[in-house]
Amino acid sequence: MKNATATTRLGKTGAGSARERCAQAFRQVLSLMLATVREIFDESAYQRFLAQRQLGSSRATYALFLREQETRRARQPKCC
Amino acid sequence: MLAACDSRADVSRQLRSRAELATIPVFTQTIPMPKLLPMLTWLLIALTGALAVATIAIHRGEQINAMWLVVAAVCTYAIGYRFYSKFISAKVLALDGQRATPSERLENGRDFVPTHKWVVFGHHFAAIAGPGPLVGPVLAAQFGYLPGTLWILAGAVFGGCVQDFVILLFSIRRDGKSLTEMAREEIGPLGGLVAYLAVISIIVILLGVCALVVVNALKSSPWGTFTITMTIPIALLMGIYLRRLRPGKVFETSALGFVLVMLAIWGGQWISQTPSVARWFTLSASTLAMVIILYGFAASALPVWLLLAPRDYLSTFVKLGTIGLLAGGIIVLHPTLHMPALTRFVDGTGPVFAGNVFPFAFITIACGAISGFHSLIASGTTPKLIRNEKEARLVGYGAMLAESMVAIMATIAACVLQPGIYFAINSPAGIVGQSPEAAANTISNWGFPVHAVDMQTLARAVGEQTLYNRTGGAPAFAVGMAHIFSSSLGGQALMAIWYHFAIMFEALFILTVLDAGTRVGRFMVQDALGHVCRPMGRTSWYPSILATSALIVGAWGYFLWQGVKDPLGGINSLWPLFGIANQLLAIVALCVATTIVIKMGRSRYAAVTLAPLVWLVAVTFTASWHKIFDADVRIGFLAHARQLAASHGNARLIFNDRLDAAVTGILVCMIALILLESAIGSLQVLSGRKQARVKESPFVATQFAVQQK
Repeated sequence: MKNATATTRLGKTGAGSARERCAQAFRQVLSLMLATVREIFDESAYQRFLAQRQLGSSRATYALFLREQETRRARQPKCC
Repeated sequence: MLAACDSRADVSRQLRSRAELATIPVFTQTIPMPKLLPMLTWLLIALTGALAVATIAIHRGEQINAMWLVVAAVCTYAIGYRFYSKFISAKVLALDGQRATPSERLENGRDFVPTHKWVVFGHHFAAIAGPGPLVGPVLAAQFGYLPGTLWILAGAVFGGCVQDFVILLFSIRRDGKSLTEMAREEIGPLGGLVAYLAVISIIVILLGVCALVVVNALKSSPWGTFTITMTIPIALLMGIYLRRLRPGKVFETSALGFVLVMLAIWGGQWISQTPSVARWFTLSASTLAMVIILYGFAASALPVWLLLAPRDYLSTFVKLGTIGLLAGGIIVLHPTLHMPALTRFVDGTGPVFAGNVFPFAFITIACGAISGFHSLIASGTTPKLIRNEKEARLVGYGAMLAESMVAIMATIAACVLQPGIYFAINSPAGIVGQSPEAAANTISNWGFPVHAVDMQTLARAVGEQTLYNRTGGAPAFAVGMAHIFSSSLGGQALMAIWYHFAIMFEALFILTVLDAGTRVGRFMVQDALGHVCRPMGRTSWYPSILATSALIVGAWGYFLWQGVKDPLGGINSLWPLFGIANQLLAIVALCVATTIVIKMGRSRYAAVTLAPLVWLVAVTFTASWHKIFDADVRIGFLAHARQLAASHGNARLIFNDRLDAAVTGILVCMIALILLESAIGSLQVLSGRKQARVKESPFVATQFAVQQK
């Protein structure tokens, strides 16, 4: 009986940790996808720009960011 | 035993050269037993892939399920990635995880930013995936599903992925230098000049052909025209919203733009059903061409934030979502392919475009198998983001595999249609006849039964007046995609919505390419003119902006106009020209790559880039020869010009044919020069007459690895 309880407990712990691992992996995948989307949509570039210059987000700083990005972006080809 | 293994691995990580590594005694007894399970798994994948490819290749006279194509593709890509790309990484390129990449050494928070490999993968894929892998396979489906599928699989694994991978790596080792710069440094000044001219030419031809695809998709279609027209104010609104209301919230703005586009699609249905309003949006091909030319000029001259950037974000948002949706739809529905494996048109008499399978199938499908344009992106933004050299394999090779998968999906979308319907949509009136009855008769006589009534019913189901002669590939892809979506999501009631969603999706793609391409071309012309007249090189000087924009738009606008006025359907002759230009650029890229591989002292592995190079030279030079000199008036530009001249035809069309022949000839001569210069240089290196000196940036050890330790 004691052994059975221990096994059950062990089983529960194992299942719990497996669930946790799954949840953690899912969170990692999600955060990676979010990071990809943020990079593709230049949101990360804007955050880096703000961090580098120690500025807060505002219309003026975003306009500054866009000006800086303008030439770089306009020179990027899009494939057929 | 394990400890011994770990210790050897640690030592290996710290050593850079193979010579040093060779001095370490190899304790064979410390190597663990080969893992049986992975070996069996890969064997199973290989066998499944072989079975799927055999099924595709051998089946004749009976229809097969689209899942065979999907399974063949997935298994081929998996094997290619696991084994071939690993071989290239280890033997040919000797990827070095200890070497700092430009993103680390030159980090500036703007262009050079060390980025997670999957993020770079997504970024790179979003940049290389355009309308090409959707349109090319649809056009090539006139040969049946087999030639296109085999070329997409083999071309990607041995050609396209290799090109993207090696160019990316070589650019990483040269501080993110562009293809043209690498050509100049590694091959010679002539190489650089030719690469520059080839890039300009391909951009101009590409834009003309892409615009023609949009014109063919939207002519006489009030619904489609309204939807696409609405994307302009939507993009402007997004630009203002992003700048004034929610600075920096691009994803949110794109989602909002997407909702507005969906509303525009829905509104388009009402427009098409309201005759008084519909006539405003029912435009002829010529009018649409003029509108697109004017739009291209405005998009090039307007500030980036106002139109180009928001449209690019919106296009990417729709693109990623739709590709995922299409993949899901194909897997859920696993439709049957109605197109035979091979059609009678392998003999070169096809109505969609003229010419034999070899070489024309291989230039018609460019982006899904190998595209020279990718080398511009692989030597553009991407090398400046890669954090570790070893990640170039996933990004360069892997992203191209994903692009190739998109081409397989496009093949499926075209081949799920009844062949008669496919040919009715894609054949120009000049070949099948002007009236619906004549077209149906001609196509039925080819052995692909289709009835005028069925075509009318289908046109009504998708909300169009007619689907005949809608050449260019986009409408056929849209019908196929609508068929897949409506069979898995929403039923037949939503067929028209899905069709116009697909049209909007492709047109949005293409207009983004048009915006970006015109601007890139403008900058290139400004850079070149700056050497002659300094003020023209100032990219923000308005007279220069207007003059160079007009020059670039005029160049591609001419090709567009020519395509619209061509009685044989325009796309018929222009798409092969685009394919030739694109593959010629791939030749430049592979030429640069082969030269560098030889200079690196790895000539024994040069076949990795040399084999696809030789194949592309054979394909493009043969295709160019046919396009210029073939006696068939549907293939040869000069033969067509002669026929027109003999019948006192339109002088403008005669001039167009001669111009196309001249452009093709000049492109081929330029590439022949670069090949010659590269071959001479390589032979001198191999014979020891010239010292091999690659222009790589000096080795700097990465700090990331130190931090990781």
